[in-house]
Amino acid sequence: MSAIAAIFQNMPEIMLRAIVVGTLVSLCASLLGVTLVLKRYSMIGDGLSHVGFGALAIATVLHVGSASTAVSLPIVTASAFILMWLTEKRRMQGDAAIALLSTGAIAVGTLLFRFSDNQYQDICNSLFGTASMALLTDSDMWITVGVSAVVLVLFVLFYTRIFSVTFDRTFAKATGVRVGAYSMMLAALTAVTVVIGMKMVGAIMVSGLIIFPALSAMRVTKRFRSVMIVSAVLSLVCFFSGFFLSLLIEAQPGPAIIAVHVVSFLVCALTGFLRTRIRARKNRGIVVEPPCRAGESGPER
Amino acid sequence: MALITFEDVGLSYGGDNVAHDVRFSVNAGEFWGIVGENGSGKSTLMKALLGLIPCASGRIVMGEGLKPNEIGYLPQQSMIQRDFPASVEEVVLSGTIGYRGLKPFYGRRERALAAKNMEMLGLLPLRKHSYQELSGGQQQRVLLARALCATKKCLVLDEPTTGLDPVVTAEFYRLLHTINESGMTIIMVSHDVEEAVRSCSMILHLSCHPLFIGTAQAYKNSPVGRKYLKETTV
Repeated sequence: MSAIAAIFQNMPEIMLRAIVVGTLVSLCASLLGVTLVLKRYSMIGDGLSHVGFGALAIATVLHVGSASTAVSLPIVTASAFILMWLTEKRRMQGDAAIALLSTGAIAVGTLLFRFSDNQYQDICNSLFGTASMALLTDSDMWITVGVSAVVLVLFVLFYTRIFSVTFDRTFAKATGVRVGAYSMMLAALTAVTVVIGMKMVGAIMVSGLIIFPALSAMRVTKRFRSVMIVSAVLSLVCFFSGFFLSLLIEAQPGPAIIAVHVVSFLVCALTGFLRTRIRARKNRGIVVEPPCRAGESGPER
Repeated sequence: MALITFEDVGLSYGGDNVAHDVRFSVNAGEFWGIVGENGSGKSTLMKALLGLIPCASGRIVMGEGLKPNEIGYLPQQSMIQRDFPASVEEVVLSGTIGYRGLKPFYGRRERALAAKNMEMLGLLPLRKHSYQELSGGQQQRVLLARALCATKKCLVLDEPTTGLDPVVTAEFYRLLHTINESGMTIIMVSHDVEEAVRSCSMILHLSCHPLFIGTAQAYKNSPVGRKYLKETTV
């Protein structure tokens, strides 16, 4: 623990930046993740992260330095719109479109990094996250604060409509909700979350930040709002434990955070499994997941 | 003026003409059954009524102050994800979204409406339960409560009893009767013609164009009705 204390003492600003960015990114990713996973859009997040890698390559070649976010934001957002449009309109198999875009972006990005002065270091940082998050600059932090404020505010304001569109798109459309607009908004929010999340855990793992907390939360709770809350809390807990773990063992924070997410998912899955078993045993004689039956007594607790 | 009037409606789906010359009016308080074989255009007609797809020709006119987004829709259950985490209350409340305007959250009025409909359908004890853990009949009642939250005048049901066993089906139709008697107009798309004839006051038999439009009693005695009833019961 003294190692962490020493880092805190010597580099308070770096720690502060890392914690601010980490907290906000974890929150945004975990909330959006629930909707993305439920709408079967998880792979869009994954595809966008690869596009993000390509965008970072462009930023590196252009030598924009810490303004790389300004380059990658529009590129990734535009790709998100295209992917969402392709998926919604069924112009193309959605998953195939994502694979095309992902691999294409990785290929072009890797080639572009050829022109950077520090090819392998840059590729590594883009893929696996900046070492110890120490390279996060002040502008990175402020961009993250701004972007995540927008994501969180929009999410809270449209929460009930997001639920409606996610649960039953057709019903939402019939009641006059503009479902197309909400899909596009989700795409844009995912894109900006991927861009700011990449700084933290790297392009390869950023979709983990989005998908893991949602999946873990769904193992242990079966109501929408509690899934959201559990997802957010898990995401924060995993970020902090992963981050401090990485300081302790002097590893990169990105992989450490995602590794903690893996552990948390396993714990949640086991909890969910045991709970179902115990409930099934208690209710022996009453079908737990009845397809349909008379009596309508409901699952007993 | 009628609640809903179909004026020479023609419909196409994916470029194919699926229905044409649909002309009839639904009056307030009626219970319509739209029957026909698969591919007869009945689902497409329902989608057009809900405003999900445009009419290829003709138009659907709403009267008595009914707005297209104020129709309560009960979709087929297969349209809903089985593993979706949502409580009964969350699902029912989401029915109020259409007339809430730009308010971001559910207010007292929405909660009261949801509570009223949950009570009517016997869902209050289940309000905190998870939708995915309910039986098929209970899930259907939840979706019905949500549809009731979305409308004051007109319900549209899409094959509401598919996958339900006979006892639950009978119970469900009893509920529909109670709702209909309270003044709610109901339009039900169903392949279960026997049940439709028993429950509905009016029948539209569609087979790309209307083969029969009239009361359920008249349908039973009409050549087309007798033929179809016999075919489906054998």
